[in-house]
Amino acid sequence: MKLMKKTVLAVAMSLATVTGVQAAGVSDDVVKIGVLGDMGGVYADIAGPGSVVAVKMAVEDFGGTVLGKPIEVVSADDQNKADVGSSIARKWVDDEQVDVINGAVASSVTGAVTKVMTAAEKITLIAASASHAFTTKACSPFNAHWTYDVVALANGTVKPMVTGGKEKWFFITADYAFGHALEKVATGVINDNGGSIVGGVRVPLGTTDFSSYILQAQSSGADVIALANAGADMVNALKTAAEFGVTEMMDVAGLLVFTQNAQALDPAIAGGMKLTTGFYWDMDDQTRAWSKRYMERMDGKIPSMAHAGAYSSTMHYLNAVKAAGTDEGKAVMTKMKETPVEDFFSRNGYLRKDGRMVHDMLQVRIKTADERTSGNDIFAIEKVIKGDDAFLELSKGGCEFAMAK
Amino acid sequence: MATFLGINLFALSGQLLVGLINGSFYALLSLGLAIIFGLLKIINFAQGAMYMLGAFFAWMALNYMGINYWAALILVPIVIGCIAILIERFLIRPIAGEDHLYSLLLTFGIALVLQGVFTHLFGSSGLPYKIPAELSGGTKLPFMYLPNYRAWIIVISLIVCGSTWWVIEKTKLGAYLRAGTENPQLMQGFGINVPLITTLTFGFGVALAGFAGVLAAPVYSVSPDMGSSVLIVVFAIVVIGGMGSIGGAILTGLLMGVVEGLTKFFYPEASATVIFLVMVIVLLIKPAGLFGKEA
Repeated sequence: MKLMKKTVLAVAMSLATVTGVQAAGVSDDVVKIGVLGDMGGVYADIAGPGSVVAVKMAVEDFGGTVLGKPIEVVSADDQNKADVGSSIARKWVDDEQVDVINGAVASSVTGAVTKVMTAAEKITLIAASASHAFTTKACSPFNAHWTYDVVALANGTVKPMVTGGKEKWFFITADYAFGHALEKVATGVINDNGGSIVGGVRVPLGTTDFSSYILQAQSSGADVIALANAGADMVNALKTAAEFGVTEMMDVAGLLVFTQNAQALDPAIAGGMKLTTGFYWDMDDQTRAWSKRYMERMDGKIPSMAHAGAYSSTMHYLNAVKAAGTDEGKAVMTKMKETPVEDFFSRNGYLRKDGRMVHDMLQVRIKTADERTSGNDIFAIEKVIKGDDAFLELSKGGCEFAMAK
Repeated sequence: MATFLGINLFALSGQLLVGLINGSFYALLSLGLAIIFGLLKIINFAQGAMYMLGAFFAWMALNYMGINYWAALILVPIVIGCIAILIERFLIRPIAGEDHLYSLLLTFGIALVLQGVFTHLFGSSGLPYKIPAELSGGTKLPFMYLPNYRAWIIVISLIVCGSTWWVIEKTKLGAYLRAGTENPQLMQGFGINVPLITTLTFGFGVALAGFAGVLAAPVYSVSPDMGSSVLIVVFAIVVIGGMGSIGGAILTGLLMGVVEGLTKFFYPEASATVIFLVMVIVLLIKPAGLFGKEA
């Protein structure tokens, strides 16, 4: 009888282990990807609906199923509001079996979403945000920061200008977390390379008229005006600089310029400006082939680096799910970090311990009107920046779990 | 360089001029709102969207039809005025007798729809529009480089604002207009077609926003949310000037441009807030606004 009991127990235990293993497969019999982004606001062109299309393309290219289970894509509008973003994320993971979130553009939203996801031990693929906090002081074992970050932008754009003799800088900074972070990182790069800051203004987000600030920059005696802002703010600032004749006297450095922003500028104004990007659609045959497929679904609109990053990160995630044999966050992340990232978007890429996807960045120049062969012909690639030179070193980031042995 | 209390006067005069330029935009936009509110008692929240529409129509006219800036400056406001007339006739008139809140909500809805449609069609990044060749370049003043286009903005806005004020306050047509809103029954008794006057006034007030939109296209980003960002400021200006006061709206617009410009110089962080601060102070001291008549 005693033996009998033991046997029953052993069988029950082994059964439990077996079910345990099965549970480690695909949870809820579906791999669900949530795409979160600004679907109709200022960042809608840069990420938003285009990112949904890119993620869906990745799922289709992957075959639509993983480990014999279907892959589903859901999407939602975070309206660039942190509280909206985090409540959607919470609903997704709690009630709707979402396994991974791709997207979230505004860094404030991404910060809130990654907290929810980390608590749920699920992965966030950060394909559009700029702040480097997600792999430094706010890092998490469940963050994968893909496309670019403020450090890569500052290193790529600012450093060559300072070492090239443009030593005095004036900042026009968007007065919120992203602008401050970008200004701080760029200031570090300028000071480290022997340059100096001669002045700066912090401008409220959504300012239309920059003429007052441009006049201040003009009288500061700077060699370069650095635009630590994004989207329409950047476009308006640059337009005004050109109008007031500043671009003929000093350089203007746009620290975060998406292809879509460059397209919104008259080539007579923006032509010649150098900037850093994580991806350009017209780089080579591989990028063109992918972009062509993307454009067919997007009424001919070209992809931004965030769109390409959304595809690349999704594909890498799905491959890792397949390799790990489960959609459980920790195991998938381990696989993602073990496997190099090499596709049309990422060259010489790898996902570092702290969640930073280190890959080659591009230093590009906005083409002048004469150089352009079509409306989508925007950048000329000047230089490829090696990933390790572009991004912040792991040891300098201060991400605790990644630095702990 | 001339300085006063440690302030560079050259730089300061530059800032004053730049403030005045922005002020003339504010004047144009708040004038349209003030006319519509003062004469028709409609709070038109779609005014910002019509300004956006003006800029987009200018862009479309140039890129689809080859209509240049100068022609657009005349044609676009007319087209937008006609759209406004349709809106007034078919959407606003049916709720004319209702509370102000209804027209406010209706026009706000129209604004959201327009903004959504244009975001869908053209995206949110904005479109480029060149400064017309005749006005490119600039003039070197002792204290700053003044782009010719900015000088043009001041001149044309002042002309348009001034003549509008003159028509409403000093001519017979203006008198009909004012009387028609004061006592519509009486005016109709005199054989004046008051509903027609109302419709045309609404059309004209909105056309002013369209005009400002065309004027803005070469210097600001032509994007779907350009109207919503300026609308709130313009409303604050109308409130400061005194709801419905035509001259008040123009003067306050210019004044607030200067106040904002100086804030950008001395403490840029507060530049988005300063106008609302002025509004609060004015409302506390003079609830009817600077130029408004006490009820």
